[in-house]
Amino acid sequence: MIEITLAHYLFLSASIFTLGVFGIFVNRKNVIVILMSIELILLSVNINMVAFSVYLQNITGQIFTLFILTVAAAEAAIGLAILVVFFRNRGSIQVEDINSMKG
Amino acid sequence: MKNLIPELVILLSSFSLLITGVFSKTFNKIINYIIIVLLAALIFVVYFNFASSVTLFGNSYTIDPLSNFMKTLVLISVLFTMLISNTYLERLKIAKFEYPIILLLSTLGMFVMISANNLIVFYLGLELQSLCLYVLAAINTKSLKSSEAGLKYFVLGSLSSGLLLYGCSLVYGFTGSVDYSEIAKVATEQSGALKFGLVFILCGIAFKISAVPFHMWSPDVYEGSPTSVTTFFAMAPKVAAIAALIKFLNVPYANFISEWRTIVIVLSIASMFLGAVAAIGQSNLKRLMAYSSIGHVGFILAGLAIATPQSLSAVLVYLVIYVFMNIGVFACIMSLNRNGVYFENISDLSGLSKHHPLIAICLTILTFSLAGIPPLAGFFAKFYIFLAIIQQKIYYLAVVGLLSAVIAAFYYLRIIKVIYFDAAKESYEKNSNYGIKFSLIFSTVVILFYFIDPSTLNTIVESITKNIK
Repeated sequence: MIEITLAHYLFLSASIFTLGVFGIFVNRKNVIVILMSIELILLSVNINMVAFSVYLQNITGQIFTLFILTVAAAEAAIGLAILVVFFRNRGSIQVEDINSMKG
Repeated sequence: MKNLIPELVILLSSFSLLITGVFSKTFNKIINYIIIVLLAALIFVVYFNFASSVTLFGNSYTIDPLSNFMKTLVLISVLFTMLISNTYLERLKIAKFEYPIILLLSTLGMFVMISANNLIVFYLGLELQSLCLYVLAAINTKSLKSSEAGLKYFVLGSLSSGLLLYGCSLVYGFTGSVDYSEIAKVATEQSGALKFGLVFILCGIAFKISAVPFHMWSPDVYEGSPTSVTTFFAMAPKVAAIAALIKFLNVPYANFISEWRTIVIVLSIASMFLGAVAAIGQSNLKRLMAYSSIGHVGFILAGLAIATPQSLSAVLVYLVIYVFMNIGVFACIMSLNRNGVYFENISDLSGLSKHHPLIAICLTILTFSLAGIPPLAGFFAKFYIFLAIIQQKIYYLAVVGLLSAVIAAFYYLRIIKVIYFDAAKESYEKNSNYGIKFSLIFSTVVILFYFIDPSTLNTIVESITKNIK
C-alpha cells in the first residue's frame, strides 16, 4: 500500500482544476457543461483547502471550505437563472449560439 | 461599532426595502429616491469617520483612511448611477424595485472587499459583489443582448473567481494563515509556491478590473447590459477591485515587490496599448467606453507597479478623475433618446452641436479630458502617473504610456469631429430629467475646473498613502 501524502492530494486537485478550466475553454457544445466545469474548479479548491488544513493541523482551511461550498451553491443558482433567461430569449443553450455581440 | 455604520445601514436597509417592496405595489416609484437619499447620507457618515483607523473581527476587517476614501468613491459612483438612470429604467420597463436593492447589495460587497484584511473576507466580499453584478447585467430579461451579456459575464467571472480561489488555497497552504499580516510575516522566508498563489490571485483580480489579457468579457458586457448598469460597471467595481489590489500587493506581498512589479507592468503595458488600438474600429459608444476603460486601467496599473507613496497617490487621484469623467460621458449617452428608443452609436452623435449645444459642449470637454489634453483633469491624472514613473527611472513604461495616449487621442477626437462637423440628424428629446442634467453639468465642472485647486485632493491623498505600508 502506498501512503497518501499531501502531494497526492495536491496533484489530484490540480488535475481537477485543469479539467475544469479546459472544460470551459475547449467545450463547444452546451452551456450546462460550462456550469459543471465551474463547479469542478471550486471543488478542486476545496480538496486543496481540506488537504492543507489536515496537513497543517489548522482549522482555518476547513472553515474556508464551508464558505466556498455556500458561495458555490449561490453561484450555481444564479448561473442557472441567467441561463433560463437566456434560453427564453434565444431558444437555445448551445455555446455557438451565444454570438449576438462581436467585435 | 460606530465605524461599521455604513455597512450595517446598507445591509439592514436593503433587507427592509426588499420586504417592503414585496408587499407594496407603488413602491417602485419612491424606492429610487429613498436609496439616493440614503447613499448621500452615507457619504457624510463615511466622511465624518474619515480619519479613524481600526481593525475589527480578530484583525480580519480594517477601516482606515484608504478604505474610507475608496468607500466614498464607490458611494459617489453608485449615487450618480442612480441619479442618471431613473427615466432610462422606466422607459425600458425594467424599473423593478429589486434593481436598486441589488445595486445596494453589490455596494455592500465592494465595501467588504475594500476593508478586507483576510483572504476569506476578501473572497466573500468579491463574490457578493460579483453575484450581484451578474444579475444586474441580465436584468433586462426581455432583451437577448442583456441576457447574453449576463451569461458571458457569469461564465468568465466565475472562472476568474475560481482562479483567485485556487491562488488563495495555495497561499493558505504554504503560509498556514489567511490573515494578510500573518502572510506578510511568513512570506519573507521561502517563496516558490507563494509566487504561484500570487500569480493566480493577480489573474483573478485582473479579470475584475478588465486588464489585458483578461479583458475579453468587458466590451460584450458593456454593450449588452442596460446603459444604467454599464455606467455602474465602468466605475464602482473597478474602484473596489483596485482598492483590494493596492492592499493585497502592499500588505501580504510587500516583500515580493520585484516579483509582482514585472507582472503588473506587463498587464499595464498590454492594457494601455490594447485600450488604445482596439477602440479605433468601434462604432458603438458603450463598446468604445469599454476599451477606453481598459486603457485607463492600464495607466492605473502603471502607477500601482511603481508602488511608491507618490505613485499610489497618483493612482487615487486618477481613480477620482476617472469616476467623474465616466459619470459625465454616460449621462450624455443616456440622454440620446427619441420616442423611447435609446441610441448608442458614435454616428448618432452627429448634429448634437446644433440641437443640443449643452450636451455637445459637455461631451467635448469630457472627451478631451479622457484623451488627456491640458488643462482638463484627465491631463493631470496622467501627468501624476508619468511623474511617479519617471522618478523611479522606468522610462520604457512612460514611453509606452505616452504613445498609447497619443493613439487613443485619435478615437476621442473622432467623437468630437462627429459632434461638430458631420451632417446633422434629427434632434433628440429635450431632456427634462434633472438627475441627468445635474450629473452632466456637475461632472463637467469638476473636470473643467480641477486645475484651479488640485492641491486639496492631493493633500488628502498624500496623507492616506504615506501610511499604506
